[in-house]
Amino acid sequence: MNDNALLRTGSGCRDTPVLKERGQHEVFCGLTGIIWLHRKMQDAFFLVVGSRTCAHLLQSAAGVMIFAEPRFGTAILEEKDLAGLADANEELDREVDRLLSRRPDIRQLFLVGSCPSEVIKLDLHRAAERLTERHAPHVRVLNYSGSGIETTFTQGEDACLASMVPVLPATEDRELLLAGALPDVVEDQALKLLADLGIGPVRCLPAHRAEETPGVGPNTVFALTQPFLGDTHAALERRGARHIPAPFPFGEEGTTAWLRAVADEFGVSRERFEEVTAAPRARARKAIQAQAEELRGNRVFFFPDSQLEIPLARFLIRECGMEAIEIGAPFIHKALVGPDLEMIPDGPTISEGQHVDKQLDRARAARPDLTVCGLGLANPLEAEGMATKWAIELVFTPVHFYEQAGDLAGLFSRPLRRREILKMEAAE
Amino acid sequence: MKLTVWTYEGPPHVGAMRVATGMRGLHYVLHAPQGDTYADLLFTMIERRNHRPPVTYTTFQARDLGSDTAHLFKDACQDAYDRFKPEAIIVGASCTAELIQDDPGGLAETMGLPVPVIPLELPSYSRKENFGADETFFQIVRHLAHRPVEKTERITANLLGPTGLGFRHRDDIEEVTALLHDLGIDVNVVAPMGARPTDIPRLPAAHFNVLMYPETGEAAARWLEKTHGQPWTKTVPIGVGATHDFIAEVRKITGVAGEADTSRLRLPWYSRSVDSTYLTGKRVFLFGDATHVQAAARVARDEMGFEVCGLGCYNREFARPIRALAKDYGVEAVITDDYLEVEAAIADAAPEMILGTQMERHIGKRLGIPCAVISAPVHVQDFPARYSPQMGWEGANVIFDTWVHPLVMGLEEHLLHMFREDFEFHDEAGPSHHGGHAPKPMVQAEAGGPAPSPSGLEPVAPQMATPRDTSGQMEAGQVPVVQTDGSVVWLADAEKELKKIPFFVRGKAKRNTEKFAAERGVSEISVDTLYEAKAHYAR
Repeated sequence: MNDNALLRTGSGCRDTPVLKERGQHEVFCGLTGIIWLHRKMQDAFFLVVGSRTCAHLLQSAAGVMIFAEPRFGTAILEEKDLAGLADANEELDREVDRLLSRRPDIRQLFLVGSCPSEVIKLDLHRAAERLTERHAPHVRVLNYSGSGIETTFTQGEDACLASMVPVLPATEDRELLLAGALPDVVEDQALKLLADLGIGPVRCLPAHRAEETPGVGPNTVFALTQPFLGDTHAALERRGARHIPAPFPFGEEGTTAWLRAVADEFGVSRERFEEVTAAPRARARKAIQAQAEELRGNRVFFFPDSQLEIPLARFLIRECGMEAIEIGAPFIHKALVGPDLEMIPDGPTISEGQHVDKQLDRARAARPDLTVCGLGLANPLEAEGMATKWAIELVFTPVHFYEQAGDLAGLFSRPLRRREILKMEAAE
Repeated sequence: MKLTVWTYEGPPHVGAMRVATGMRGLHYVLHAPQGDTYADLLFTMIERRNHRPPVTYTTFQARDLGSDTAHLFKDACQDAYDRFKPEAIIVGASCTAELIQDDPGGLAETMGLPVPVIPLELPSYSRKENFGADETFFQIVRHLAHRPVEKTERITANLLGPTGLGFRHRDDIEEVTALLHDLGIDVNVVAPMGARPTDIPRLPAAHFNVLMYPETGEAAARWLEKTHGQPWTKTVPIGVGATHDFIAEVRKITGVAGEADTSRLRLPWYSRSVDSTYLTGKRVFLFGDATHVQAAARVARDEMGFEVCGLGCYNREFARPIRALAKDYGVEAVITDDYLEVEAAIADAAPEMILGTQMERHIGKRLGIPCAVISAPVHVQDFPARYSPQMGWEGANVIFDTWVHPLVMGLEEHLLHMFREDFEFHDEAGPSHHGGHAPKPMVQAEAGGPAPSPSGLEPVAPQMATPRDTSGQMEAGQVPVVQTDGSVVWLADAEKELKKIPFFVRGKAKRNTEKFAAERGVSEISVDTLYEAKAHYAR
């Protein structure tokens, strides 16, 4: 087994100067996180207080409409709501009453702020307190902002989880808390690995249901499964919990490093660790290998999207043999992605924020073999002859931990393979 | 405040984007926060556009709000001009920017850009996407086509209304162009789709305008009539009869005597051929934008021989003509943009087929009713690779195929009636020419004793009472039924018999029987009651 410290090449890209850009962002706003959060939390409802644009975004971002009534909706502000805030509050109370009376299964309600609600300064925090009192003890009402003036894409999940932390029950127990919404299959695998290592009790944030809500306190240690949880990280520390810094569990190496950090915290022996992880590590390496053949030596360019860019670049560079030209992220939180940055050999441009036109100029000049970007850019770049990988699939597909490592590599190799197999010229 | 889950129309600035993206050489500078860029993917993914929509978003953030968002707008506007060198620029605000009142139009005017700058006022909190497209196109025309131009020597028409993300607009343009060509009429300008800002001043040179889509082109057509005396066609040529009417209208406007070539038109014969007999009186429910619903109603009744059992539209601007149309068809119009209301209306009408939008396709899936799509809002499936217009002769052929496809075919339907309990060939197995699903096992009715809640039917009923509670438990093949109010009980044998009735008429049969029983004070429905009711309601 490689020791994590040996894998690191000095400080890697940790101290590389970051290219900070300002301009048009081709990135979703934080409301988009509702698409997966509402499936993950089965007794929660997400009520966006916003405009027709917000409703249209959620519908378009969901892509395929989930026609079982989703556990989210938009309270669309109308002209009369803008005229008087007192009325807007009354209207909101009325809509919430109506919603909760027809969805008695709802135990947690999130009032989600949007750009318009922020601009008109509709105080959703007070509204949440007022509504909690009104609907206690059956329903707890919380609020967070998913607005585009404050959050990008996955920051919406961060804001949501951070809003839950102050009201988590207090506990003195020594527990491991996993923060970050994972697909169920992945969460189960992670819990199994931790259980096999003898680590426990393990709790998850968010939980599937309100009654499974974890506690938090000075003896809680937490590990993040997603790199975009900066506010959640800060909120947990304010509750006295301690963070276990680690590279994120993508790929064989990332998963091993992440598990190792947690195992060290819980004093798991080297032998035990080896025993538990040897088989899945070998499987993951084998699965990655099959895909890496097609990726090796290819150059990749990341447009900012989900904040997964840095850990994913680390995976592609180190485990799939790719070279990164630029790694763009909407926002870089070094306390979180520092360990991943350290593992990336010096070379790529690290950029934060976006000026999409300038970045497109850089991508066109560099002619990467694979460009990872959002859906608004993918087809236009393909039409220019550049292979792309839609970034959103990386958020909507199980990609964490050992058993998904091969699938993760496959997401990147498929566009390249497809270009290889399509032949539309005449045979001669 | 209104709680909304799914919407038929986006906000008005998305309508403006449909115009800008349909055109070439135009740029839209949109004062908007980060996140509003989601709209780009509608065009690049749903429509598979090979270029980014020509839109620059100013991307203001919370920290800009206290300071100078106006400056941000001017910088973005200048950058957009320098980078893209458009022939004209439209400027406006999305919903959030409307609240901060920076007046993009006024700001852009002071910049002295060397190209026309057209300000848009699109009220985000009261209007929607179609209005946004119509108003944007109107403003472009008003600003760029105000000078009189000499008419073309040959008789020409402009085609008005097609936009980006339109339902089959791409192919309708081709079909209408061919139709006019047959009559000896050339096309002067097609707009907005495919036009450049520098083409717009040539609009007044045409002898008349073909208004293809009133939703997105009527304001411009009216203005061109008032300003340049150009008449415009009132008939939308969707369907055989409407296309004939359209040709007659064009002849009347222009005096041309050319004949349209109908040699490729197959709908009339296909509809008369005996295989189509089974289409007779199929009950269909129509919902979509007003233009497509209006056209589809006529095709459904007069050219397919269906019975229209309900219709409506989501664009309130057209409520009046749609109400009048509904009256003509002896039904009540459903004018709403709340899909739950539409779902309730469809469940209540219990049609055998829905002709609707992608939203109704989902409703149909839930209710187990086949559906063909006739209108926007669009889905990637609505941009087929093949030529697939709705207008003109080929459009009529396409409509025939599209509408027949979801239905159970003629003889198959008879066999279903004859052998209703075949374990693999029953109505819940779905039409046999549709793959992709294994036949579902037939639900077995329990025998003996009263059955207060027939197992196969019951889950729907309470949901219909509170339509917002629908949670997708309904299996395909189950039919919406009106809730039994408790006073009428189905005996098990009767319930079993009811299940033998094909699923697409079962809801109606159940409702009629219950009504029949209630009217006669019968509290238990037996097999006899069922058939007495059938005889009573037989036409």
